[in-house]
Amino acid sequence: MIVLGYRLPGMSSLIIWGLLWEIVGQSGLTFFIPPLSEVVTTLFSMIGTTAFQTALAQTAYAFLVGVGAAILIGIPVGILMGKSRLLDELLLPWVNVFLSAPLTALVPVLMVLFGFGMKSIIITTALFAVWIIILNSRAGVKQINRSLVEMAQSFGASPFDAFFKIYFWAALPEILGGVRIGVIRAVKGVIIGQLLISIVGFGALFELYSANFLMGHFWAVLIVLFALAFTISEFLAYLERKVSYYAAKR
Amino acid sequence: MAMSQIKEVTPLPVAESIESAVSVRNISKNYGAVEALRDLSLEFPKGQLTSLLGPSGCGKTTLLKIIAGLLEPTSGEVFVNGQPVASPGPDRAFVFQDFALLPWASVLKNVTFGLEMRGVGTSEREAIAEKYIKDVGLAGFEHSYPHELSGGMRQRVGLARALAVDADVLLMDEPFSAVDEQTRRKFQEDLLGLVQNENKTFIFVTHSIEEAVYVSDQIAILLPRPSRVSEVIRPSNFRDKGVDNIRRDPEYLDIVDNIWASLRSYVE
Repeated sequence: MIVLGYRLPGMSSLIIWGLLWEIVGQSGLTFFIPPLSEVVTTLFSMIGTTAFQTALAQTAYAFLVGVGAAILIGIPVGILMGKSRLLDELLLPWVNVFLSAPLTALVPVLMVLFGFGMKSIIITTALFAVWIIILNSRAGVKQINRSLVEMAQSFGASPFDAFFKIYFWAALPEILGGVRIGVIRAVKGVIIGQLLISIVGFGALFELYSANFLMGHFWAVLIVLFALAFTISEFLAYLERKVSYYAAKR
Repeated sequence: MAMSQIKEVTPLPVAESIESAVSVRNISKNYGAVEALRDLSLEFPKGQLTSLLGPSGCGKTTLLKIIAGLLEPTSGEVFVNGQPVASPGPDRAFVFQDFALLPWASVLKNVTFGLEMRGVGTSEREAIAEKYIKDVGLAGFEHSYPHELSGGMRQRVGLARALAVDADVLLMDEPFSAVDEQTRRKFQEDLLGLVQNENKTFIFVTHSIEEAVYVSDQIAILLPRPSRVSEVIRPSNFRDKGVDNIRRDPEYLDIVDNIWASLRSYVE
């Protein structure tokens, strides 16, 4: 954006929104919105506390394991579905059902099955992420250039070679797109899981702060979560752009 | 007319002077109810270039892919060096119309692909690839990516990849149809050199009559619905007159005209 001949850096409009928040907060309109300056101070004082660090570590652990599982399961399943008509017919309806299903409703069931703890949160996270990864990997394989497959065949590639040297790379732009959306969904998954189970991680913190009307703390945690999710998503978008140079040339 | 034309000879008599590198015997291919090829037989003499020429939809690419082992014939057999084949093998290499390069891999990686699939070690296959990259005139581009190259250069990569595996038979599916006219002429001249120096058998699919007559030792005319070989033409005496003189040789011009006369009625 250019204002009065100056090129403003990206996201400088956030300053305006920050100011607005500060004004609303200072005016004491509602206890629900403390001034931004107070939230930021709370944020910095909170970051040092054990409670916050434990919550962050637990969340990061659940998130990484959940996303890792979703990627390790999602990509091969998607590629195999793209290659095999039979597998596709068998699995595609389920993938589509789960992709659009309100997975939050499943969390209580998971709690019953896997207990009120980390395991349920990890599985929730993986469930949020995996379907779109499968679907995108499948789409990536489906659009693969027919002659690349024939090329691999004509030079005697084994199914193993074809999988790792052709299909995976040819589908990589779509796979990364799927992983990016999957990761964004996993952020939701890990938080929703924690909120519903609400005895570990940020879920416990949210519960604690909102129950005690500590709105400054509440907003501070929220800002941290938003910032984390946004950073992860931007990083993946950057990776995606790095491979898209050849995606357009296939 | 100084033309040694063999009409309706399918297959060529076994007594033909040169032995066959590839023989196609009684091949039929049906797609459901559609007959693409019917009872097609053809001999491909060793060390020579045979063109498959015909109007679009005549099944020439289908035949090439059956020879490559990429498609299964409904009936009939393909022999390479006397052995029946049903799948791709190291005795044949394929050059694709759309190049079929790996867009994520460098020229060097692309050219080594066939060797890699055959289990050749890294340093050895890179040495071989570098030689062929140089041969096709792409020295200095080893670490470029396909999208950085022109269409003609990309097909040179495809050609180097096929040459690198040192197969006896090179199958080329309209290899020059996606490159511009001037590049194509250069390719055609280079191809004549390759046929002479490489001691390989070339099977070349094209829809260009001039191209087929220019580069071929033998031209098989395929007619469609269902496809069969209608004619096998062996140009005799302009091959040795030098690349610059072929296009004005009377025999060359006569063959081009005759082929057009027999194909004209099949072109919509």
